[in-house]
Amino acid sequence: MSTTLHTTPAVQAEGLVKTFGDLRAVDGIDLTVRQGEIFGVLGPNGAGKTTMLQMLATLLPVDGGRAEVFGVDVAREPHRIRQLVGVTGQYASVDENLTATENLRLFGRLLGLSRGGARSTAAELLAAFGLQEAADKPISAFSGGMRRRLDLAASLIARPPLIFLDEPTTGLDPRTRGQMWDTIRALVAGGSTVLLTTQYLDEADQLADRIAVIDRGRKVAQGTPDELKTSVGASTLQLTLAPDSDAALAAQVVRRELGEEPVRTPESVRLNMPLPDADRAADVLIALRQAGVAIDAVSVAKPTLDEVFLALTGHPTDDATGPSADERDGAMTA
Amino acid sequence: MSTTIAPPADTGALPSPGLVGERLSVDPAEAVARARPRTSLRETATQTLALAWRALLKMRRNPEQFFDVVFQPIIFTVMFAYVFGGAIAGDVKSYLPLMVPGILAQTVLTTCMAAGVQLREDMEKGVFDRFRSLPIARIAPLAGPMVADLVRFATAATLTLAMGMLIGYRPDGGAFGVLGALLLAIVTGWSLAWVFTWIGTVARSAQAVQGMSMMILFPLTFLSNAFVPTETLPDGLRTFVDLNPVSHLVSATRDLANNGAITADVGWTLLASAVVVAIFAPLAVRSYSKRV
Repeated sequence: MSTTLHTTPAVQAEGLVKTFGDLRAVDGIDLTVRQGEIFGVLGPNGAGKTTMLQMLATLLPVDGGRAEVFGVDVAREPHRIRQLVGVTGQYASVDENLTATENLRLFGRLLGLSRGGARSTAAELLAAFGLQEAADKPISAFSGGMRRRLDLAASLIARPPLIFLDEPTTGLDPRTRGQMWDTIRALVAGGSTVLLTTQYLDEADQLADRIAVIDRGRKVAQGTPDELKTSVGASTLQLTLAPDSDAALAAQVVRRELGEEPVRTPESVRLNMPLPDADRAADVLIALRQAGVAIDAVSVAKPTLDEVFLALTGHPTDDATGPSADERDGAMTA
Repeated sequence: MSTTIAPPADTGALPSPGLVGERLSVDPAEAVARARPRTSLRETATQTLALAWRALLKMRRNPEQFFDVVFQPIIFTVMFAYVFGGAIAGDVKSYLPLMVPGILAQTVLTTCMAAGVQLREDMEKGVFDRFRSLPIARIAPLAGPMVADLVRFATAATLTLAMGMLIGYRPDGGAFGVLGALLLAIVTGWSLAWVFTWIGTVARSAQAVQGMSMMILFPLTFLSNAFVPTETLPDGLRTFVDLNPVSHLVSATRDLANNGAITADVGWTLLASAVVVAIFAPLAVRSYSKRV
């Protein structure tokens, strides 16, 4: 049994559908998550990521298609699924009226631990998540990061082999985000499989072994982070030419150097070009110097989620307040 | 307990990853083999009690939840006694044996209402999402608060009786009669609370629960024999009043508290309570499980 199980995917979904009235929030998604990997579901707000997770976690009924978790059918055996999946939502789902310890003890008891077992597990998890100082404080006094950690700790009481993390770092400061990433990696090192949703390409890139890009309820791409980034170029080089430079000559130099036509802004003073890797920026700059093209400013930017989206779907993310601003990494400016 | 180097409350220091990993090493195959298709009765009971514990902690931290069960019995008992006493029974003291069981019924019924309102408010909170994602019996998140509510019912019923006695009510039914009346009121109130729990699971907001509950409660308590003798009522109304389970509860508690007698009304009341639970507990669980 265990040999076949090892090859059973952690999640196997075929043609998942969820409709809310006329809206097809999830519109026929196939998904395979292998055991032991971190699988990232990337997409803007409203793409259907959370809805998909909720169906897989039995929190929403499946309207179409089917899904299995470790070979167990989600629709037919919801109670077994709930024993295999730990869910950490977008918003911390712990009890505001209780202290951190009381929360963990409550969930421990609900999950079948003895009184003593619940108590010691709570203490262990609080220590593991650096929350022992705040153990007996009301949750209302917790920072966002502390809540998120407590929430994750609560999801781990029963040691579920599959963990769903719905936007685990949305709203966290960069340091806390990095810590959350370390914790997620530690979970996988312990044998868990992680399925996480995120709006941040950067996060998917850092954490995920494989990524599915979801847009308007459909899967528009899947692959390793490298494969996805290569599809849009690893980064973009932006050049602002000096007023008296020859834009046509500059474009020609770039074409020779990168083998691709740069995108010229209408007034022709700026050139944008995808770079296979950031090192090639230096080659372009040297070639331009040799050709005698003067430059006012240079910057290298990583592709944003918007650019990945534009490349994959042909339309920009609908969400104007998306994370694109955080993600644009001005690596260097001359 | 004072060590020299105490870290600040939130160092943000996470988990040495090793610690987390070690604590949480999992074996998927074993987990799948262990996963069972449903909760046993025993597990359901443990889960219900755990959630009752949560509800009790919540009550202790939000004592304002006790306002209704503390002040309403006191105020209503005094108010009704002095306003209606003279008019209905000639004087306050002779009205009390008629009225106190009535107020008792009214009090437990009003206490029911809070069950629905509080459940509705609770269900809005994130922690209910977690309850839904846990492998626990679907009835536990509803039954847990109900078990804890027994404290509220007991408080309300006891205070009503105590207040009645303070202004001169002398139950002739003896200790057993009085205790029986209290218990019957508590059991009935608790059973009826399932109706409001169900309303809590279907209504869109706590205000809606409140509104709907009032519409049910007012006719039920006032179109009964709780405060007036039924002889003066017009025929149609009297038929309704006689059929109203609240009337049976009031009659049963009157007989118990005033005469120490266990009458057929006790049976009718218990039967009605059982029917209510049998219908509304499954309805509540069903609509709770379906709720998005």
